[in-house]
Amino acid sequence: MSEQNDFERRLRQAREKQGLDKKPDTAGGGGLPSSGWRIGLRAGTEVVSALIAGAGLGWLLDRWLGSFPWLFLVFFVVGGAAGVMNVYRLFNPRNGAR
Amino acid sequence: MAAEGKTIDALSQFELHHALGPIGAAVNFTQSNAHMLLAAAAIVGLMAWGIAPRAVVPGRLQSMAEMFYEFLENLVTGQVGHEGKRYFPFVFTLFMFVLFGNVIGLLPYAFTYTSHIAVTFALAALVFVVTTVVALALHGKKFFGYFFPEGAPLWLAPIIVPVEVVSYLSRPISLSVRLFANMVAGHVLLKVFATFVVLLGGLGAIGPVVAVLPLGVNVLLIGFELLVAFLQAYVFAILTSIYLHDAVHLH
Repeated sequence: MSEQNDFERRLRQAREKQGLDKKPDTAGGGGLPSSGWRIGLRAGTEVVSALIAGAGLGWLLDRWLGSFPWLFLVFFVVGGAAGVMNVYRLFNPRNGAR
Repeated sequence: MAAEGKTIDALSQFELHHALGPIGAAVNFTQSNAHMLLAAAAIVGLMAWGIAPRAVVPGRLQSMAEMFYEFLENLVTGQVGHEGKRYFPFVFTLFMFVLFGNVIGLLPYAFTYTSHIAVTFALAALVFVVTTVVALALHGKKFFGYFFPEGAPLWLAPIIVPVEVVSYLSRPISLSVRLFANMVAGHVLLKVFATFVVLLGGLGAIGPVVAVLPLGVNVLLIGFELLVAFLQAYVFAILTSIYLHDAVHLH
């Protein structure tokens, strides 16, 4: 059995030296795709979804408080800021703990 | 159906119909629900039959079941850390459900339930609720510190807190829209090129020769769609694990 463990160890070392075993997800933002198109689409969804979330939240608050366009407009801007922050997080995850 | 009246009708494939005849119509049981049940049965079948032999040298079905298990286990423990094992069943179920939905949807006559925003958003909302409950259960009130990074000047709070809250709320939307949009785009492309084959094929003597081109495109697209089907399930699972990581470690 120890012979096999030794083999496994040497195999792992060899694979590491050849760069075959990639470290799990060093890219941070979670399987960040490598090709330009995929990164673009990913960032686009982040921005759009933050805008939807912001505008939706603002609209709901407006409907509740009866102050239509104001909170909607404010949260639309907030949503845009959150979208930019999402994209920023995509490339620089919090604290880089992973 | 698509080539009727010489038009491209790429969206009718996403329409819901009642399945199971009058019984289905009475309780609004659609073909989407039927495919969900089919996927669930296929997953349970794969796992139950795959694990049943418990062979030291696994057969085909068993190695497939083990492959899925190990793949997801590596993913969850790699992202969430050792304590992430607790959430493995959750992520595993989500991944298998999305993956089987995507792949079964590629079969002829099948319906892709992940091409409906209602389905993907329900899954994403589930992820959102679970991660929030996990964070609240583990950290209590400290969870709300997530929305205001330590060390930032206090007068910035009115700006930072809403932005962080909206960013947090946008997670289920981006999670669901990504899966939904990918599946819809893929199936629309397939349908459009399939319609080209039919339309060009009817163009007299030269038609069948030209029609080979979109047919070839479709062959390539099916391969690409298989990749996307797997990739999107993977992205769904990995983002769920990342959100769980944030919920468990909270920083």
